[in-house]
Amino acid sequence: MLYVAIATRGFRRYSTYRAATLAGIFTNCVFGVIYSYAYLALWAQQPDAGGYDATDAVTYVWIGQALLMTVALWGGGTTDDLAERIRTGDVAIDLYRPVGLVPWYLASDLGRAAYHFLTRGLAPTVVGFVLFDIALPASPTAALAFLVSLVLAVTTSFAIRFLVAASAFWLLDQSGVRMLSGVTALFLSGMVLPLVIFPEPLRSIALALPWASYLQTPADIWLGKRVGLDLLAALGLQVVWAVVLLGVCRLTVSAATRKVVVQGG
Amino acid sequence: MAEVLDAVREAPRQYARIARLWIRSSLSYRTSFAILTLSSMLITFLDFVGLWLMLHLIGDLDGWALWEIALLYGASGIGIGVADLLIGSVEQIGQHIRTGTLDAMLVRPVPLLVQVCADRFAIRRLGRITQAVVVFAWGAWHVEWTPSKVLVALLMVVSASVIFFALFVAFSCVQFWTQDASEFANAFTYGGNTMTQYPLSIFPIEVVKMLTFVIPVAFVNWYPCLYLLDREDPFGFPGWFAILPPLVGALMCGIAALAWRTGVRRYTSTGS
Repeated sequence: MLYVAIATRGFRRYSTYRAATLAGIFTNCVFGVIYSYAYLALWAQQPDAGGYDATDAVTYVWIGQALLMTVALWGGGTTDDLAERIRTGDVAIDLYRPVGLVPWYLASDLGRAAYHFLTRGLAPTVVGFVLFDIALPASPTAALAFLVSLVLAVTTSFAIRFLVAASAFWLLDQSGVRMLSGVTALFLSGMVLPLVIFPEPLRSIALALPWASYLQTPADIWLGKRVGLDLLAALGLQVVWAVVLLGVCRLTVSAATRKVVVQGG
Repeated sequence: MAEVLDAVREAPRQYARIARLWIRSSLSYRTSFAILTLSSMLITFLDFVGLWLMLHLIGDLDGWALWEIALLYGASGIGIGVADLLIGSVEQIGQHIRTGTLDAMLVRPVPLLVQVCADRFAIRRLGRITQAVVVFAWGAWHVEWTPSKVLVALLMVVSASVIFFALFVAFSCVQFWTQDASEFANAFTYGGNTMTQYPLSIFPIEVVKMLTFVIPVAFVNWYPCLYLLDREDPFGFPGWFAILPPLVGALMCGIAALAWRTGVRRYTSTGS
């Protein structure tokens, strides 16, 4: 119940900035249009690249724009608050709360993600549907599995962002690591180019890494490329990464609290 | 009049002084600074790897070879890189309004635009420019140069910066009205940059007309590059569009200055 309350606050906090949300949706749509035409040109020359047809490719673009903020691909979200609190020393207060640091921030980030999904996720999808006639989820199962996959995507991304923020325990300032992590995520999630059209062996490697969870896996589920046992395998891999990374987060917190002196002031 | 000229002469010196302070400040977190410089280089590098992977798959994009796209990419990248380095901080104007720091800036004896642009000056953005220069040089290696092409190329690179400069300022002014809409400008600045990385022939003519007459980012690289590559305009626009970028840049700056003045005049402090 506590976590639901935290998540609700996360949701409400982000919903305060209406103009920011509208501006963001507009920007997502502009980029959606640009990439749609780029991919249409690509798929016109190679109509079955990566096992996608042109409609799949354009749909992939708009799913990407919808998930960009939802999974906080660039970084950001509640972990930025954590990094700032580590820098200022306020994290000391977080540490003596009767709730673990990881679950507290995870709940709050899931609340944020829910808000971004409903606004910055849905709105560009509708625009993409109107402008480019993108594909809807392949089946009701696909739609449901997509939502499950999305929660796992946010959790995985949260764990990585949490580790980035926790680097501030040692470096004091997370911004360098944050940007490096964002760059990696951008490329290995398939945001720059779908992972399925990467040349081998880059393709297989990228698909096995946690960042595939951010966009490629949910998108493939939406498009009905992963069904039956393959679907379970896709979700299973996401679960494994989420659990492993959250475990690393916990270990990092205990290492940090033992080793690091909190910035005083 | 003499006062205005004095102010214009003073501005770069004042800018440099503020920028120097920010460089020293960013160096105080050394590890972070090193990683930031590295990643801002990596980000544009991976961007180009994306294009390369795409071209690797299809050989050419709409008849454009990778080196030709490199030319487009490099010109646009240098343009936005220089603009972002020098005045990218103008994006933060909403933040200054919200937190009230703009009031403090207004009473200082340095022009407001200089202060806002020099704020948080980040030398690491040189990483992005370096990468764009390398890509541009590689593309330029293949061009059959003539004196007039050299001139067009020089005008292109300078005007590209000026056009992005104006876009940054003009669209950031929106924040005088809605403080938290900083992302709105991104659609035009970074969006314009992304669009001009591709040959514009992949877009429908309506989009290209818009990019020529409304938000004229087509002049950042498209028209001059058509000339450098001896290509016919696929949409039938005249060849002399190649020498228009300086004019477009000047016009855009005029509009940006107007937007800025209107915004500042309208500004009333948050009062907090």
